[in-house]
Amino acid sequence: MLGKTANGLFWMYRSLERAENTSRLVETGQRIALTRLESSDGEWLSIMQTAGVADGFLERHDEVTKEAAIDWMLRARDNPSSVLSAISAARQNARLVRTALTHDVWEAMNRCYMQVRERLARKVNERDLPAVIDMIKQHTALVRGTTQGTMLRNDIFNFARIGTYLERADNIARILDVKYYVLLPSVNSVGSSIDNVQWETILRAVSARGGFRMVHGNQACSVDIARFLILDRRMPRSLRFSITKIRDNLEYLASDYGLRHPCHAQVDTLMRRFMSHDIDSIFEYGLHEYLQDILAALAALGHQIEIDYRFYE
Amino acid sequence: MSEKQFFDEMWGRDAELRPPYQRFQNWFEGEDIARLRAKQREAEEVFRLTGITFNVYGRAEAEERLIPFDIIPRIISGREWQRLSRGIEQRVRAINAFLHDIYHRQEIVKAGRIPEQAISRNDAFLPQMIGVEPPGGIYTHIVGIDLVRTGDDQFYVLEDNARTPSGVSYMLENRETMLQMFPELFSQNRVQPVQSYPADLRRSLASCAPNGSDSPTVAVLTPGIYNSAYFEHAFLADQMGVELVEGNDLRVVDGKVAMRTTQGYQPIDVLYRRVDDDYLDPLNFNPDSALGIPGIMDVYRAGRITIANAPGTGIADDKAIYSYMPEIVEFYTGEKALLENVPTWRCAEPDALAYVLDHLSELVVKEVHGSGGYGMLIGPAATRKDLAEFRKKLMARPGNYIAQPTLSLSTVPIFTRNGLAPRHVDLRPFVLVGPNGINITPGGLTRVALKKGSLVVNSSQGGGTKDTWVLED
Repeated sequence: MLGKTANGLFWMYRSLERAENTSRLVETGQRIALTRLESSDGEWLSIMQTAGVADGFLERHDEVTKEAAIDWMLRARDNPSSVLSAISAARQNARLVRTALTHDVWEAMNRCYMQVRERLARKVNERDLPAVIDMIKQHTALVRGTTQGTMLRNDIFNFARIGTYLERADNIARILDVKYYVLLPSVNSVGSSIDNVQWETILRAVSARGGFRMVHGNQACSVDIARFLILDRRMPRSLRFSITKIRDNLEYLASDYGLRHPCHAQVDTLMRRFMSHDIDSIFEYGLHEYLQDILAALAALGHQIEIDYRFYE
Repeated sequence: MSEKQFFDEMWGRDAELRPPYQRFQNWFEGEDIARLRAKQREAEEVFRLTGITFNVYGRAEAEERLIPFDIIPRIISGREWQRLSRGIEQRVRAINAFLHDIYHRQEIVKAGRIPEQAISRNDAFLPQMIGVEPPGGIYTHIVGIDLVRTGDDQFYVLEDNARTPSGVSYMLENRETMLQMFPELFSQNRVQPVQSYPADLRRSLASCAPNGSDSPTVAVLTPGIYNSAYFEHAFLADQMGVELVEGNDLRVVDGKVAMRTTQGYQPIDVLYRRVDDDYLDPLNFNPDSALGIPGIMDVYRAGRITIANAPGTGIADDKAIYSYMPEIVEFYTGEKALLENVPTWRCAEPDALAYVLDHLSELVVKEVHGSGGYGMLIGPAATRKDLAEFRKKLMARPGNYIAQPTLSLSTVPIFTRNGLAPRHVDLRPFVLVGPNGINITPGGLTRVALKKGSLVVNSSQGGGTKDTWVLED
């Protein structure tokens, strides 16, 4: 496979995952706004922080309004993580690697792009927002589904998965880091209504509400949430799950190509360093520091993969 | 009387149904117009979803356009095709012999059949190719011959495409779409298949690999996703099961051209390039090109890679050389050309220029190096102002132009809101050339001018395409 193709696959799926994550955050933000009586503009800023797009927003806007925030996250061309930008990037990369994709995947991706572009051509008004979010979810799910259902399990698939899970791990770590303070065990705020909203934000933002309830019922405490999102093996959007997938796919590549690279050692170190402790030790170390370290390690891993598999010249 | 003026491939000149369209007509009569309208829309949806688009030069990235597809097939009888393909094969052999001669002994010039400056002063002539022996002796691995028809048995070659002819993906996708939408038509008519083209192409390219590589590595070289024909490049690479590369994926490693893969550099034996000569090798040609592979020409001259088509083949499809094609065919094959050329005035010659200036409003005037229908004058359709402006350009640089009579191009029905209506067409059959022989896919790309009365079929000028059937007689 061409290095350029590996690069295109990696970024196609990374962008697709990003588009999904961003749209999920918009949905979460809207949900909070609708279920709270006081003004939620501050919450929109925090939502944009979790999406990693707050700085760009503040450079271009004087105040945070719900309308502006939604527009920035869904449609802004100058926001590279907006749903529209991310889907366009995914489709552009899909064109680049057209020969590596099955007909079904390409068609799903192309359809996704055409529909999203059409629906996001104009500002989305509040009434249409649920339908638009649904449409985005459905179309990205279709790309994911055709990928699962029609792609050969070879190096092409491995690079697609590595892109997906690197983005996902990065996304979860960022969400947790923006909200880490509400997860810190503290006696006086537990059970207060503010906290419930915050927790719910986190769980919704990673589609973990249902899963969490299955495991813990409604008796949530912050430590349980942190454990669930960082260390749970079954939760497809936990850090452990994502990092394990990255490692597995890198391992498949190593055995397929018969060659180990520095990125293999790096992902092993990453697993050992961050996944071999229990949640108490993580809190003891400092949740914020822990998450910052993981984000840095993930970025370094991504960079090493680019080098090892010759994404660029 | 427009019915008399143009030959219609379905109804002839006298509104009498021609035999190849018999079964089609039976089917069409039983069809409901509303259903066909829905089918036409369905076809467009298929093309849009599949991403069969072309990029419009000079437009924003988002500008990907569909080439309109018309659901009415263009039908050619087996007998007609046989005659055509003999003529095409003869012409393609002559073109290859001509190229070899031009880059070696130039016998045709010595024999006085072509003036020396028609070669030496031609921009398409590549001095870097002098004395080079391309692997397998093939210069034009893929050729597209543009044909027009004016009567029952009257075909003309309008243009030879010996550089990087495009459009073959439309030939294939048009057929695929028709098969999906109208399977019953293919049960009723015995249509010669075109689907083996990608496999044939790969085989033909592989047979031209440098000195007998056992299982040669083939790759398609594209200028990138912003190129107007990118879809086709990706399509062909995909269908052949080979890599689609850009210049920056390639470099010269150990005397071979190699592509950067996830497992290191891997040598390539045959490069089907869809970039122009100028962008092939910045060391040997255009030093400003970011698209090329530095040093590929040295590898080529050393006989260690096949470039398809060979660099410098443009000299054979240049419009000024075109006018010599009857002589060229005769010189190398010893036979009279089976396919006719359109009579052509070379404006570089004073007598011809005088004639062209006198008859400008009746003629089609083309730039010698132009393509895609840009920069041409269609005399009968031009306003007085157009004519005056073109006259100035022509007098300033006569050598830059050739002129031809306006041909009465045949028409084929297209499907319109009100049923069938005749529109002008041309035909580009695709020819594969290898050391083991010449392979012509039955059919080709039919381009159709969708505007009533228009003679310009180029997609860049609003033309569409049709599925082209060659019947098994």
